[in-house]
Amino acid sequence: MIELFFSVSFWVATLRIATPLIFGTLGELLCERAGVLNLGIEGIMTMGAMVGWLSVYQGAGLWGGVVAAAVAGAVAGFLHSALTVRLGLSQHVTGIGITLLSTNLAYFGYRMVLPEVSSPPKIIPFGDYPLPGLSKIPVLGEILFQQPPLTYGAVCLVVAVGYGLYHTPLGLAVRMVGENPQAAEAQGIPVYGVRSGAVVVGSALMGVAGAFLTLSAFDAFFFNIVNGRGWICIALVVFASWQPYKALAGALLFAGFDALQLRLQQIWGGGIPYQFFLMLPYLLSIVALVLVSRQSRSPQALLLPFRKGERT
Amino acid sequence: MQIEARESVALWQVVLAPLAAVLMALALCSLLIVWTGSSVGAAYLALWQGGVGSRFALTETLTRATPLILTGLAVAVAFRAKLWNIGAEGQFYAGALAATLLGSGAITAPAWLLIPLLLAAGAGAGGLLLGIPAWLKVRFRVDEVVTTLLLNFIVLLAVSYLLEGPLKDPLALGWPQARPIMATGVLPKLMERTRLHGGLLLALAAAGLIWGINRLTIWGYEMKAVGSNPEAAAFLGIPVHRVILYTSLLSGGLAGLAGVSEVTGLKGYLTLDLSPGFGYSGIVVAMLAQQHPLGVVAAAVFIAGIYVGADSMSRSLGVPTYLADVIVATALLGMLVSSWLTHYRIRWEKKRD
Repeated sequence: MIELFFSVSFWVATLRIATPLIFGTLGELLCERAGVLNLGIEGIMTMGAMVGWLSVYQGAGLWGGVVAAAVAGAVAGFLHSALTVRLGLSQHVTGIGITLLSTNLAYFGYRMVLPEVSSPPKIIPFGDYPLPGLSKIPVLGEILFQQPPLTYGAVCLVVAVGYGLYHTPLGLAVRMVGENPQAAEAQGIPVYGVRSGAVVVGSALMGVAGAFLTLSAFDAFFFNIVNGRGWICIALVVFASWQPYKALAGALLFAGFDALQLRLQQIWGGGIPYQFFLMLPYLLSIVALVLVSRQSRSPQALLLPFRKGERT
Repeated sequence: MQIEARESVALWQVVLAPLAAVLMALALCSLLIVWTGSSVGAAYLALWQGGVGSRFALTETLTRATPLILTGLAVAVAFRAKLWNIGAEGQFYAGALAATLLGSGAITAPAWLLIPLLLAAGAGAGGLLLGIPAWLKVRFRVDEVVTTLLLNFIVLLAVSYLLEGPLKDPLALGWPQARPIMATGVLPKLMERTRLHGGLLLALAAAGLIWGINRLTIWGYEMKAVGSNPEAAAFLGIPVHRVILYTSLLSGGLAGLAGVSEVTGLKGYLTLDLSPGFGYSGIVVAMLAQQHPLGVVAAAVFIAGIYVGADSMSRSLGVPTYLADVIVATALLGMLVSSWLTHYRIRWEKKRD
């Protein structure tokens, strides 16, 4: 049990499980900091997984697949922003609608391209990419610097979002439209534009989160591939109090527990039914939410539509 | 382009909005049918005939509508009070599970006693399952959207465990399914040689009951007041937290009833694929109905017709069945837009300088 935490493979697995969660959580965080809840995440991740995989299967190359998934996510995000930001429709219901639509469009598209296959065709996924020099460091190098490229990307993205949100005018604008859109408008910030932009970019990241599943974690697309990861990202955003670095910490903590349950399943596999291990991540998310919900403070204008010239 | 609020919403607009949404969804999805290579006309004709084209198709559609009415009511009741219950799927299984635990041999009782008992147990299980997130919401301010969603996964895994372990039917040839509901616990059939069962009457009665509660009781008024403005409701002396908890029991109970109705009326035993997403479709039903209980019945029959029709369209033309879900999701988004159009109008003239 104790030696588990000293094994390199445990920490490597933790980072890999965390990668899609980091992309998804940052994507959701961007949307919510701008004041827009995006419940489309589960479906957008499914769409990203399918589109990314399909592009590679059709010969686009792995990075082509990632870009295609990001574009698919952005398109879904554009739809979400058009309905919730421009028209001010219910963010809850629109998001559920986006999830239903993009999940089933992805399945429909998959069935159209591959009508009758029992075992899904595979692609060659991203391999590990050891960073020259750094990967030679004992233990630490093996854990941190022998990862697939998207995992490095996820960590860099945390820094980029963290810097961008707090140290650039654009980041200030995003936070302002999420806290007080009336004041932002008075400052000459285009509220609709900034909110829509944040939703589109955030949704593109969700698409990449899905693409990681088919292009790096697995090598094929299958039904129910996302399996609630999108909802867990939404819980992680709350858990992280809407802050990028805490989101990274939350995703790692969560992925650590997930890696742990996988190991425990191997150790105690016989005694305890596997369903209880699979339940742990969801139970853990609920417990985490209960622990932080009291003191965490959401963006003040989250869920509130903005209408020009109207006070709320 | 300018957007301005309409002063009032006419009844014809309220009725026309869902129709416009549905037509828009069918028009958009015809693009997907073109992709499959079938003719749009032939596909929608097959959908129509498969859904409502014959006496058998009609009874199949009503059979499918039965759980959708109940989950649609569950969502409508919750959303009306702005309790975002996205967990009707889990509550459905909680209800079905409770009925299985009591009804597959644990209790021997005559039908007049056993059936109401199973219904009550299922409603109670569903209600309690939504009661947890509702309690977390009022006590710890935990967002119920995420908790209800996550509970769906937890419940499904719990059912999966029970079906492979303690509840597994030894006669099921290795399939993970529970032992069948006893004959005295099975809901009566409504028509010979169809699958229509007593659950439909139950669902219709529930719709009438909810309509009555909304229209005629203080409780219905309180739920609406909490949904439209909780601060104002609290100011009026309405116990907001208690109303949210009651609402959760009612909403979860309705979804639980859907589970009991499916397991005791249609399938006869619990499996992991008892619901092909009835909980999620319930959200679409409630939105198309604009949360009106009687509208829920109409919307549920419509959505059921799409699903049943799409099954037969898929068999005859080879269009993937996921088309049905795409149509339904598009109809949901279309409904949001068309109900927006009943409240706002767009003026296209340019702004004067």
